Amino acid sequence: MTTTPRPTAPEPEAPAGGAGREPILQVRGLVKHFPLTQGIVFKKQVGAVKAVDGVGFDLFAGETLGIVGESGCGKSTVAKLIAHLERPTAGRILYKGQDITDLSGRALKAVRRNIQMVFQDPYTSLNPRMTVGDIIGEPFDIHPEVAPKGDRRRRVQELLDVVGLNPEYINRYPHQFSGGQRQRIGIARGLALRPEVIVADEPVSALDVSVQAQVINLMARLQDEFGLSYVFIAHDLSIVRHISDRVAVMYLGKVVEIGPDAAIYEHPTHPYTQALLSAVPVPDPAARQYSGGPPGGASGGPPGGARGRIILVGDVPSPANPPSGCHFRTRCWKARERCALEEPPLTVPPEFRATAGPAEHPSACHYAQERLVVPGE
Amino acid sequence: MATSPDLVPTPAQTPADPLLDVRDLHVEFRTRDGVAKAVNGVNYTVHAGETLAVLGESGSGKSVTAQAIMGILDTPPGFVTRGQVLFQGRDLLTMSAEERRKVRGARIAMIFQDALSALNPVLTVGEQLGEMFRVHRGASRKEARAKAIELMDRVRIPAARDRVRDYPHQFSGGMRQRVMIAMAMALEPDLIIADEPTTALDVTVQAQVMDLLAELQREFTMGLILITHDLGVVADVADKIAVMYAGRIVETAPVHDIYRAPAHPYTRGLLRSIPRLDRKGRELYAIKGLPPSLLHIPPGCPFHPRCAQARGRELCRSDLPALLPVVGGRASACHFWKETLGDDNAAADRAGA
Repeated sequence: MTTTPRPTAPEPEAPAGGAGREPILQVRGLVKHFPLTQGIVFKKQVGAVKAVDGVGFDLFAGETLGIVGESGCGKSTVAKLIAHLERPTAGRILYKGQDITDLSGRALKAVRRNIQMVFQDPYTSLNPRMTVGDIIGEPFDIHPEVAPKGDRRRRVQELLDVVGLNPEYINRYPHQFSGGQRQRIGIARGLALRPEVIVADEPVSALDVSVQAQVINLMARLQDEFGLSYVFIAHDLSIVRHISDRVAVMYLGKVVEIGPDAAIYEHPTHPYTQALLSAVPVPDPAARQYSGGPPGGASGGPPGGARGRIILVGDVPSPANPPSGCHFRTRCWKARERCALEEPPLTVPPEFRATAGPAEHPSACHYAQERLVVPGE
Repeated sequence: MATSPDLVPTPAQTPADPLLDVRDLHVEFRTRDGVAKAVNGVNYTVHAGETLAVLGESGSGKSVTAQAIMGILDTPPGFVTRGQVLFQGRDLLTMSAEERRKVRGARIAMIFQDALSALNPVLTVGEQLGEMFRVHRGASRKEARAKAIELMDRVRIPAARDRVRDYPHQFSGGMRQRVMIAMAMALEPDLIIADEPTTALDVTVQAQVMDLLAELQREFTMGLILITHDLGVVADVADKIAVMYAGRIVETAPVHDIYRAPAHPYTRGLLRSIPRLDRKGRELYAIKGLPPSLLHIPPGCPFHPRCAQARGRELCRSDLPALLPVVGGRASACHFWKETLGDDNAAADRAGA
């Protein structure tokens, strides 16, 4: 491994961890419920979609925190809450120690300058009737103090150059660009105000493999150049591992496991993380995992294959009506009675406490166990 | 209907013959902006029980090839301009529309990427599954429903008896994809074409669906064409791979060989550019530039402007390399395949030493 796990895995509810560094962003007990209503004239609330249901983590300066999970786990809602595009139902967001949850008006505007977002779909997140220059320059209209009017064109051209686009394209429209180039425009817009935190929600999912690598490399280079902190949200576990220093795994509105990337990927202790990791196809036929092999070849072998693959049964339950206790218990092969009654807290499981090993990281499972699911090199 | 002559394999057909033999297929789209050459001479074969993975990025022509085989190309603007598609020895392209309709669905079936838009939203899944039997087999409404329930059971949709009356939107993504698979399997076809069957699904569900597909394929010794851009899925299920770029196959090989040592610079670039779950590197290898527009495919080798190996060589810019056999049942469309293959072999040797 090229990275060594940090000496202390930060407890999500503890003030700080990680070699005495101040977290740039602290998220505490974040909750977002979307009301379900019935009736047209007299709307009454009949329930709530618990999109985010108590999420906490720290983001340190210059690091990348990856958030992974399946669709509907609430990862995109977390992104929107951090970027202040949605108001949380409960919980706090602290930026450099300052509570920014309830800010509004001028104070909010000032904070937003430092927390910018890059969206998933480069086809719908750029206004088709604006030129690239207008799109990237628009943040300057809202924050004129960053770039004086006469200087803007030059600044936009600089940004285009930084993200690897020809500065002469400033007067073109989004439809004249390919998907990868559009995502670069989205990144340039995110960078315009020189933010400290960038929340990237599935920034490369819509892109082809060869272009995906270009955008990932660009994001890594920009992080070094500008000292950015990333919250990187994706469903592709390989990409998250590639770019992240720490990874949080989400399931049904909760973080189930969090830790340095090597700890999560090589020493997962939560059954959901293990299942998720083992389901990822590895581009190496030697690690073949499906039971259906070539006729007369690997067929007839155990369904687990060489990698001891775990196939979860069923689908993710509805966030409007999550299971009691541990949310994962309905799909978990380890679930016992206790799991339905008691919600497991996100802490270091007692058996791994003070072991100083890579398995010592917070994992929300009553029966946490280490299990190797990603084949080593 | 089951005894109609087109369903009986031609006498010349022997087990050693391929199930499907695509020869020199050309497809173009005549658009207002010009002629987009989507498929430019594709050749591949699929045998019974075999899985061929067709790998490529968007615009490489992998789906258009499948549409031409199925006979569901939008015409106009799409036209098959040249080539043959031999299915069990008979050319599908010269068949009458009537004959072709009997092959489609019954002998060759297709699974689409987006099950929600591929299924009819105003019919129950039971009606849509049963339709296969009513149209192709002349079954009664009641028989069709019984068959639909049986199929849903086979693809392991829980409570099939109740759910047969549900509409597509009432199913989750993974379950909908199972309905698609059930529909494709309905008449026990010889060949299934799966166009990105798991791209829209989450990984845990993707694993369930791929597992089901592999199991059914083995049970019925079907040929399977798996169209995908995901190198991970390919490594898991395919027997052989055809890599497409700008409407051409640039490399074909048995699955193990291609991952170990690709013989085309594009394949090599693709393999290097994917992040791996079990590895963490600082910088990803990236193929420079963008795939070409199909309206203006570069002369010579279409990959040369992005190729790390062309190094401005005249041959790459002037001559289109043909897909020629290289070593061990493989083929590569690169003038300098020896260099590509040699590099990797040398690298593997060094790593092994």
